[in-house]
Formats: sequence, C-alpha cells, structure tokens
Amino acid sequence: MRVLFKTDYNQDVKFAKHSGYVFWYALLLAAVFLAPVALDTYWINELTRVLIYALAGLGLMVVTGFTGQVSLGHAAFMAIGAYTHAFLLTQGVPFIFSLPIAALTSGIVGLMIAIPASRMTGLYLTIASLAFAIVVEDLVIHWESVTGGNRGMVVDPPALFGYEIFEAWEYYYVVLVLLIISIALVLNILRSPLGRSMLAVRDSEISAQSLGIRVARTKVLAFLLSAMLTGLAGGLFAHFIQFLSPETFGILLSIQLLLMIVVGGLGTVHGAIFGAFLIGLLEALISILKDLLPPAIGTQPGLEPGLFGLILVLFIIFEPEGVYGRWVKFRTFLESFPFYRRNTFKRQRSYLKTERMR
Amino acid sequence: MSFFEIENLSLSFGGVKAVDDASFAMEKGEVFTIVGPNGAGKSTIFNMISSFYAPSHGTIRFKGADITAARADEIARIGIARTFQNIELFEHSTVLQNLLIGREIHNHVPVLRQLIFDPGMRRAELAHRRKVEDVIDFLELAHYRDERIANLPYGVRKKIELGRALCVEPELLLLDEPASGLNPEETEDMGFWIDDIKNDLGISVLMIEHDMSLVNEVSDRVMALNNGRVIAEGSAQEVQNHPDVVAAYLGGAA
Repeated sequence: MRVLFKTDYNQDVKFAKHSGYVFWYALLLAAVFLAPVALDTYWINELTRVLIYALAGLGLMVVTGFTGQVSLGHAAFMAIGAYTHAFLLTQGVPFIFSLPIAALTSGIVGLMIAIPASRMTGLYLTIASLAFAIVVEDLVIHWESVTGGNRGMVVDPPALFGYEIFEAWEYYYVVLVLLIISIALVLNILRSPLGRSMLAVRDSEISAQSLGIRVARTKVLAFLLSAMLTGLAGGLFAHFIQFLSPETFGILLSIQLLLMIVVGGLGTVHGAIFGAFLIGLLEALISILKDLLPPAIGTQPGLEPGLFGLILVLFIIFEPEGVYGRWVKFRTFLESFPFYRRNTFKRQRSYLKTERMR
Repeated sequence: MSFFEIENLSLSFGGVKAVDDASFAMEKGEVFTIVGPNGAGKSTIFNMISSFYAPSHGTIRFKGADITAARADEIARIGIARTFQNIELFEHSTVLQNLLIGREIHNHVPVLRQLIFDPGMRRAELAHRRKVEDVIDFLELAHYRDERIANLPYGVRKKIELGRALCVEPELLLLDEPASGLNPEETEDMGFWIDDIKNDLGISVLMIEHDMSLVNEVSDRVMALNNGRVIAEGSAQEVQNHPDVVAAYLGGAA
C-alpha cells in the first residue's frame, strides 16, 4: 500500500497525485492512441462511438453527477449540437468553426433552460427536462427547411483545412483529442471553486447558501457547461452516423446517457468513461447477440431498452456507486492485500437529518 | 449603534407566532447566548438572520446597515457565517474540500480562468489552501484532512462545521447548538475554542445553546426566549435565576 508523504500544497492540486498515476495513465493514453493500429474498421467505429458517448456522458455528469440536477433531456442537447453542426456545414461553414458554434448554440439553449430550471428541484426539474427534450424533438420534425424533418438530413464528411476525413481511424483521432481536452477542462473545474460549489449545491443547498455560494448561478453555469459538452458530442455524432433523423435523438438516448453515468459511477469523471464503454460495447454485444438468439427473442423490438432497464435496476440495487465504485473497492483490495476487510466500504452510520429546510 | 442588533423581530407560521417582537443588541467582541426551551424560536431567529426566512415584521442590523432584505447568499459576504443544529456538511466530499468551500466568498477568479487553470488561478488556490491550513491547525483537524465526511464520527463533524464557518473569515459567527450531541469532554473543548475564537481571532459569537455549563463558561451575556418572546437578559447567573426563566423550564409558579 502506498503512503503519500505530502510536502507541498501543489500535490493536492495537480492531476497526477503520485508516480503510479503517471505510469498507468501514460499506458492508457498509449493504448488509446495505438488502438487504430491493432483494430479493424468495425471496432474502430465502435470505439469512436464509445468515445462520443463518453463525451456526452461527461456533459451529463457535470449537471447530474456533480451538481445533482437529474436531467432526462440531454439527448435534446445532442440533437441541437448535431443539427446545428450539420446545417452550418451545408451552408459552407468549415468544420473547425461549425463544431464550436454548434457546441455554443447548445450551451446557450442550455443556459436559457437553466434560468427557469434553477428554481426547480428534484423530480420537477427532471420532468421539465423531459418536456424540453420532447419539444426539441418536435421542433426537429417540423422545422423542415433546416432539419429536413422526418425525411432526415445527410451529413457531409468532416474536412480539416481542406483535407477530407473519410477513414474511420482519422475520425477516431479527432474525437479522441476533443474528448481528452474536454476531460482536462472538466477536471480543472473540479479542482476550482466552481467545481466545489457544484458539489456543495448537490449535497446541501442550504449550507451552500449560508457560505455565500450563489446556488442559482452555480446551477446555470453547470447547465451551460453540460449543454456545451453534450452539444459537442452531438456534433461529432452527426458525422459518425452520417444521416440525421429525429428519432435518433429520442427519449431512449436520454435514458441511455443517464444509464451510462449511473452505471459508470455517479459523481466521478471515471464514471462517465466507464459507463460509455459498458453501454457502448453492450450495444455492439446486443447486435451480435441478436443474430445468435432464436428469432422469436432476437427480433423483439423492446430487447435493447429492456436490457438497459434491467442493468440500471441491478446496479442501483447491488452497486449504487457504479463500475467505478466497484473498481475502487477492487483496487483497495489489491493494495491492502491480505489485510482487506469486507467492511471497509460499508456505509457508516448516517446521522438523522431532521428539520431540514427545503 | 450596536455591532449587531435585531429590532422588534416577528415571524408567524400560520397562527403560530414563532418569534414575537424579539429585540436584542450585541457589541463587537462579545459572546452572546440565546437560551430557551424547545420551540422557543431560537433557531427561527437564526434562520431569519441567514435570510432563509423573511421576518413578517422588524429589522436586522449589522454594523449599522439594514440586512433584513439581503439574499441568503449575501449574508456570508456581509461577514456573518453560521453552523447548523443538524450538521449540514457536504457528506461526499473530503474535510479539505469542505473547508475550501468555506473560502467561496474570497474567490475572485473568473470562471473562464478556472476552466483553464492558469498559473494565477493556481496561486489563488494555494493561497486559499494556506488559510484553510490555519483553520486546520487551529481546530486540530490535521489527521482528518483527507477523510470523507461520511466516514467521520459526529463529534468531529461538529468541529469541521465550525472550521468551515471560520474559513469564511466572518466578523460574526452564529453557532446553533455547538455542543449538542457532544460528550462532556468535547463540550469543554468547544468552550475553549469559542473563547479562542473570541479572543485570538477577534470574531464575535452569537450562540444558541442548551448546555448550561458551556453557556456559563463562555457567554458574556445571555438572553432567554420563551414562546417567541424575550423573557430575560443579562449575565448567565442573572438569567438562570430569573423567575420567568425558571417558570419557562419548570412550569408555572407553584
């Protein structure tokens, strides 16, 4: 077991807490950067999709995992990002401008939603976000001049400085680099006052206020950041699926995003990534499984959402901390072997909260 | 002009008058204690000072300025920090993070720079950390620094909540039952800390407390409240022996 000897406050600020971090994350980076060399096109595509999901999940994590505002409408931000990006491309705006504008548009819509939403709490906010998602879906269907309505919309391949990206591995790198930058930004926020304010708002609004945290402002900023990240993921997703239609960004996608961060581990950046891998690869697995299963089961229309729902329920019952929580337990087991005690992570007695003001 | 005063403060919930025409004034550098039976309206006064409740009548003044209508998040910026009767810490964060959240009002780095985390931002962060370490030293919290709140016992949480309020660097500290749930030894420690907060840090303390040993030890002045009304004010001894106070706790004159 590693015991850290701290001699400098910077040790608590910097990302790599000790040499182990440097080694393992460098290894991980090498692995993801070299992955296209080893994988065939099908799996590169699957991996690209997982990374896009991870980016969208990271966005949702900011608002749900860190700030505690459960949103069931994040597919709408993906839709806004995707359609804005695709529309701008048809107008001749280059990829490197169009993608940030798409993210920003999504962010601004998020901001407009957040201003009324920051006055709502809990279930009411969730329902409002659901309503928002449905409104956006309808908007996409009816605003035919921009979105193509139910006929859909073809997305041109991305072009960087006149160089058109056709190959799967090229696009994989574009997505990977943007995801890494986004993770770095989110990690920066988490070690800054704003990130701490978010956690404070999540755990106790009342005491956050008494410490001078502007609760509404914190929520609005969280929504802005979240919508921008998810919008960016939407823009990237547009190229990935190459054809946009309204049902792509339905309620199922919102649920899938929420499922990802819960299964991955709420409240951690790792959780968003783990969740994306689990759900993304599960999708691939289900499509393989469909061919193997007897047609009576394999062709059932509700197979995917049914399985997702089952997984969500199982995780909430057996491992509320998600895959990441499980991983932390496993790591502690290895580090402290053979002295690991089963009760290490058992929740301590929690003290009754009475007379809480709402 | 007093350092801090409330004047004819009233608040009713429906037909119940939780606080009824209460007034008091405290001076800078004082420890002022409010005592009274359960439901007397003590915490309600605190919640009005914190702007969680809006009084139906009356004014709250701090250093001469009327703060009755201030928003809840402005109170800390004005210079008033508080603790809660039922500890309100951020349970999933570490002790260090909790204390750093207490530095919120002293943070002036714009969000965009927080996102980029430039060297100036890092310096600001380290400066906050220094201040937090002072509080950690003061309350002897060093070996809990990286623990999550959820894993800590009640007495320690109480200390951390006090520490978090100190990180705000307030001029006036509101303590809502600082000794509730503490054992006699911890209560005695709490008494020493309140003395130190007053004498070394120069922070005035407004406190609600039931434990009379603590009240006697640290209070400069005491006020007794019953059914929302002020029934006695003076030194701890005077208030304790006041016939109305005895009647409030033990029942009417026999």
